[in-house]
Amino acid sequence: MEIGLAHYLTVAAILFTLGIFGIFMNRKNVIIIMMSIELMLLAVNINLVAFSSFLGDLVGQVFTIFVLTVAAAEAAIGLAILVVYFRNRGTIAVEDINMMKG
Amino acid sequence: MVVQALAFYLFATVAVLSATAVVTVRNPVHSVLLLILTFFNAAGLFVLLGAEFLAMLLVVVYVGAVAVLFLFVVMMLDINFVEMRQGFLNYLPIGVLIAVVLFVELALVGAGWTLTDEAVAVLAQPTPAGLTNVEALGQLIYTDYVYIFQAAGLVLLVAMIGAIVLTLRHREGVRRQKISEQVKRTRSDTLEVKKVPVGRGI
Repeated sequence: MEIGLAHYLTVAAILFTLGIFGIFMNRKNVIIIMMSIELMLLAVNINLVAFSSFLGDLVGQVFTIFVLTVAAAEAAIGLAILVVYFRNRGTIAVEDINMMKG
Repeated sequence: MVVQALAFYLFATVAVLSATAVVTVRNPVHSVLLLILTFFNAAGLFVLLGAEFLAMLLVVVYVGAVAVLFLFVVMMLDINFVEMRQGFLNYLPIGVLIAVVLFVELALVGAGWTLTDEAVAVLAQPTPAGLTNVEALGQLIYTDYVYIFQAAGLVLLVAMIGAIVLTLRHREGVRRQKISEQVKRTRSDTLEVKKVPVGRGI
């Protein structure tokens, strides 16, 4: 019962799919959508670390640190925008966010 | 070996189940707590892979900072989450369809992929033998990747300033101490010496 690279890639693929699934299921709730994005980034990190470990190349782990940094920054800025939006509009429903008609 | 396999299956199962619950439970507070559970189990997988530093980083950064930030926002905003969930079942078919398609695609990519011998020969930074994970990573980050490391710090600084600028607001009608104005105050601003002649006022 050897645990190989494929096992970790399968877990990462399932987590990534769950992240996409969460975005589609919670179309109205921005907070859950952001959590789904965090799940997808986690899946990517698992992929990077698994390859790094099984190939014996440390750069994958270095890259994971930077992915983690960007994910933390994204969560902070996203939640700040969410708080400002809620303060102005009193709701966080996604379908109302079309003021800029982008 | 058996213990390692058992640990892998435990961590992987709990991670997948809690990730499923993150996107399906009704209460967003439970959702955040399940997200924390997912991150803990992913950290366990990292430990199994021999990346202890990243595992600890995941616990500190994600569980200690990001998830708590989510928790604060979920609890501070007064949102009707029942209303938010309307239409959940309407999106189920398209969500399941896209998830299945994506997973099949990922599985096909994973199954059709093999590692050639040339790829093993051209490793960018082979893992040094006889060093701990933290030591090896530190020797890499502070030498070859120091500029990217600084750039990552810059990203975090910009994110911090951006979050403060976005959420800081000055309420009208609230008196607060303005230290710079107090320090800038000189005697001539507030005090004036007048020569008053005897017998007459100013």
